Amino acid sequence: MADAEGTGTAAAAATGGAAAIGPWARFRAEFAESRLAMVGLALLAAIVVLGLLAPVISPQNPYDLAQLDVMDSKLAPGEESATGKTYWLGTDDQGRDMLSGILYGLRISLGVGITSTVFALAIGLFFGLLAAYFGGWTDTLVMRVVDIQLSFPAILIALVLLAVLGQGVGKIVVALVTVQWAYYARTVRSAALVERQKEYVEAARVLALGRARIVFRHLLPNCLPPLIVVATVQVAHAIALEATLSFLGLGLPITEPSLGLLISNGFQYLLSGKYWISFYPGIALLLTIMSINLVADQLRDVLNPRLRR
Amino acid sequence: MSTTPGSAPLLELRAISKRFTSRLDLAGRIAARLGAGAREQTVHALDRVDLAIAPGEVVGLVGESGCGKSTLGRIVSRILEPTEGERRWKGRPYAEYDAPSARAERLAIQMVFQDPFASLNPRMRIADVIGEAPVVHGIVASRERDEYVAGIMARVGLDAGLAKRFPHQFSGGQRSRIGIARALAVKPRFLVCDEAVAALDVSIQAQVLNLFIRLREEFGLTYLFISHDLGVVRHLSDRVVIMYLGRIVESAPTGEVFSRANHPYTRALLAEVPRLEATKRAYVPIRGEIPSPLDPPGGCHFHPRCPVALPRCKSEVPALREIAPGHHSACHLNDTP
Repeated sequence: MADAEGTGTAAAAATGGAAAIGPWARFRAEFAESRLAMVGLALLAAIVVLGLLAPVISPQNPYDLAQLDVMDSKLAPGEESATGKTYWLGTDDQGRDMLSGILYGLRISLGVGITSTVFALAIGLFFGLLAAYFGGWTDTLVMRVVDIQLSFPAILIALVLLAVLGQGVGKIVVALVTVQWAYYARTVRSAALVERQKEYVEAARVLALGRARIVFRHLLPNCLPPLIVVATVQVAHAIALEATLSFLGLGLPITEPSLGLLISNGFQYLLSGKYWISFYPGIALLLTIMSINLVADQLRDVLNPRLRR
Repeated sequence: MSTTPGSAPLLELRAISKRFTSRLDLAGRIAARLGAGAREQTVHALDRVDLAIAPGEVVGLVGESGCGKSTLGRIVSRILEPTEGERRWKGRPYAEYDAPSARAERLAIQMVFQDPFASLNPRMRIADVIGEAPVVHGIVASRERDEYVAGIMARVGLDAGLAKRFPHQFSGGQRSRIGIARALAVKPRFLVCDEAVAALDVSIQAQVLNLFIRLREEFGLTYLFISHDLGVVRHLSDRVVIMYLGRIVESAPTGEVFSRANHPYTRALLAEVPRLEATKRAYVPIRGEIPSPLDPPGGCHFHPRCPVALPRCKSEVPALREIAPGHHSACHLNDTP
């Protein structure tokens, strides 16, 4: 028990300076220390708002085939069409306005990324806590499944699943949850194993508190910081994976293009000089993933006590 | 082992043993089968320990790190189950208090932990840390919780206005007071204090020790006070129990231990306590290091380091025997006239 002494006093010294501030205010102040992260956060907020407002602000509904005019196909950005409309980011091979396509695509990408992360997080959390708290064969069983799952490339599992399930937003979420829950289970388990050893958990047991209360009120809140970091990174991964699957033609139906599908649609025209069909959705995807990663990086720095100055 | 004559013990441990075995996984078992060095390792943390504590008594449990004193404390407070042996509370086995109706008796044994930081949930406010268990167990109604918490905080010398703060906003001494308040909140009769002041500065240590003494009188508490520091134990205890490598080697009233220590290990420990009056004295450290509990020496565990070891010490385990009223020691030297 003597080894816990040093870390305790060190942590006391580190936190002693912020005596009057609550943890939430301190977290915000520390997050704002990185200007790059704030830029990432602003960018991410803008992208989310654009995605949410897509039906309101986009010039055209790209999913409504009646609004598409094949005569307008493959127009360059800023070029005026025969009907007198101007498409500022050009059109794709079906005459779809790229700007509207990207805004709707962002909506799908973010939606799929966040939904799959939430479900994967919930499932991973449950099994990870179960494995850590009960140990023994429960732990062995859960962690072996996780090991097997993680030893296959995520894209391979998703491809096989989608080949079986077919296309659609719901199905791609199922595929993403299946490949991602294992990351959370592993992260939660390792965090919970560390926390379980701490004296406050022993104290809760001496106070005869119930098992569920110890796991969910004492253990879980202390395992969350690493999970938040993993979840943020995984949203970006999920979006990239969805784009990849759509690019390969296995994700979403062609009538409801996500960013990956838009990129895939323009791919064949890339060498004929019609760069915009792939280029602009590509930029949108890049900015989304980059802004999420910037935020995740700073979150990791702030929430990891070992990196705390 | 007896206590103060005439009083039935409040807490009794009978032949408690605790072994921790590291099980081999599948790969390890295959490696062992193929002749690799991997084998199951067993730590003998406690070896047939008997201990009885009378109501109102303060027992100081002393030993080097690794001697099993923390394990003993955790067995008393139900964090660990013993491998063998029986625990009794008020003359009845612990198992009889498992029923929900015996909740109050179960909560009667509480623990104060060593690390004032790790022993408080960093994400709970102090009002929750102290008030959670009393509300869950129905000791107070949830709307009277804040008042109840404020009362207990005042008892341990904390400003009740700080109840909405988080543990990291307190100093080490304040945090150990919070730990004590949390234990007191469920109305215990018996406190296991595991190195409860070891992590504190010396000046704060004295304050917290005085708090323990005051609370004992106020609440009629009984203590099992675990420490590696004889000076701390001397200040507080009625009786001192010395452990070495999972066994009790000596047990005596505090005054007796410091004036007429019997066991060679106790005498060696006492020689290491710094004193003010002795300006120059020969400093003879205990030879060697505490042996590994993975492979304890046979006979008396202390024989490899004992300055007066006899041949029989290597093979025969000495029994804990009464050598004076209330004074027990486990040493073969007591048999030689």
